[in-house]
Amino acid sequence: MFAEEDGLKGDPRLQAISEALRIVPHFPKPGIMFQDITTLLLDHKAFKGTVEIFVDRYRDMDISVVAGVEARGFLFGPSIALAIGAKFVPLRKPKKLPGEVISEDYELEYGTDRLEMHVGAVHPGERALVIDDFVATGGTLSAAIRLLSKLKDIACTLWTTYFSHSLQYFVHSGKFSVLVERVGAEVVECACVVGLPEVEGQSRLNGTPLYILVGPQLRERPC
Amino acid sequence: MYVYKCVSIYSPPSPSLSCLSDHHNRPLPCVPLSESNPVVHLRETRKRRGSFVVSLSATMSACKDQDPRIHGIKTKIRVVPNFPKPGIMFQDITTLLLDPKAFKDTIDLFVERYKGKNISVVAGIEARGFIFGPPIALAIGAKFVPLRKPRKLPGKVISEEYILEYGRDCLEMHVGAVEPGDRALVVDDLIATGGTLCAAMNLLERVGAEVVECACVIELPELKGRDRLNGKPLYILVEYH
Repeated sequence: MFAEEDGLKGDPRLQAISEALRIVPHFPKPGIMFQDITTLLLDHKAFKGTVEIFVDRYRDMDISVVAGVEARGFLFGPSIALAIGAKFVPLRKPKKLPGEVISEDYELEYGTDRLEMHVGAVHPGERALVIDDFVATGGTLSAAIRLLSKLKDIACTLWTTYFSHSLQYFVHSGKFSVLVERVGAEVVECACVVGLPEVEGQSRLNGTPLYILVGPQLRERPC
Repeated sequence: MYVYKCVSIYSPPSPSLSCLSDHHNRPLPCVPLSESNPVVHLRETRKRRGSFVVSLSATMSACKDQDPRIHGIKTKIRVVPNFPKPGIMFQDITTLLLDPKAFKDTIDLFVERYKGKNISVVAGIEARGFIFGPPIALAIGAKFVPLRKPRKLPGKVISEEYILEYGRDCLEMHVGAVEPGDRALVVDDLIATGGTLCAAMNLLERVGAEVVECACVIELPELKGRDRLNGKPLYILVEYH
């Protein structure tokens, strides 16, 4: 849901954020009206207000992980993580993270892309926030949610290698689902600075709440 | 494992940075200097095999290894061998980010250094510079400018090409983001050969900004990156030999 509908109606910080955004037509390709947040970063007061709104919202929600989607999620996530005492976990494009990773593929308009996260960065049962600058269809955020929630490959290997007999018992006895459902993190919410109207009606992504500060900037401003 | 310490002869601060002190308001023993008055540091390093090496090096930046927070930061950085290719010992800062206290200490060390120094812009190099740069910018009242790989920034850009070990790369900045007279800090997670930082500084200087300092969490001093910074000071928290 949009911040205005959730207690921040008339908050001057939201107006400052809207006015600081820049629309860039036909980027990255014709027909796309790109919502550029770099102009928000140039406005110290508006940038600070952006982070403050998120921090105020998440400070008391017992969140231990802030996961930011590369690369623009890195611009907002760490400041929020620092302020609420959470760790920051980068979710990156393939082959950027140096250690062992788990990955999640997702659909693009043409083709697929992939998000990766370090094994061991997030522990079972942790409460996580996913942050990105912008949400359109929700495809990237949904992939991030799946990545944080999923079974870790190491966990699967451990169970099958060391508990194969027990595993068979658990599977047959119907207890398997109980064992695995808590292996991943719980994504408490996805948060974005800007969201397109297409997601306005969706307060949730696959059951995970979505929180957006402002709608798209519609007017071009001089570069 | 290795240990090091830094001992120096105190000299007056450089004209571009007023007198610095640590978080207890004690004058720092090593301070950035004007080119006419270099400081010589005696540095003891214990190599991994256990032998001592004493080396002399001229440096133009402060070191904070007497700060108790540095040890906590250093121990959180993970070294990943043979990434992205064989022979490279990759300095992974993602493990630092998993420790809220160590990450906060990292940012605090930079903020303490730059707060009140009239820095108007923090430029962060994609992508790991985006993790450290914005919290510093927010804390010191500066704007943040992302310096990105080609074709990522949507608006009109200026570009700076630079040489890699094999081939070339390019860094871009939005036109109009930085103005003449802006005092700039360049931030990245690590300095190796200094090529990327040099390109970043060139971008900022081309639009008339003054690059006050480059700041990185980690330096690989044997790659002599600081020699490629056109005499600009470099401030780092941790060295890896």
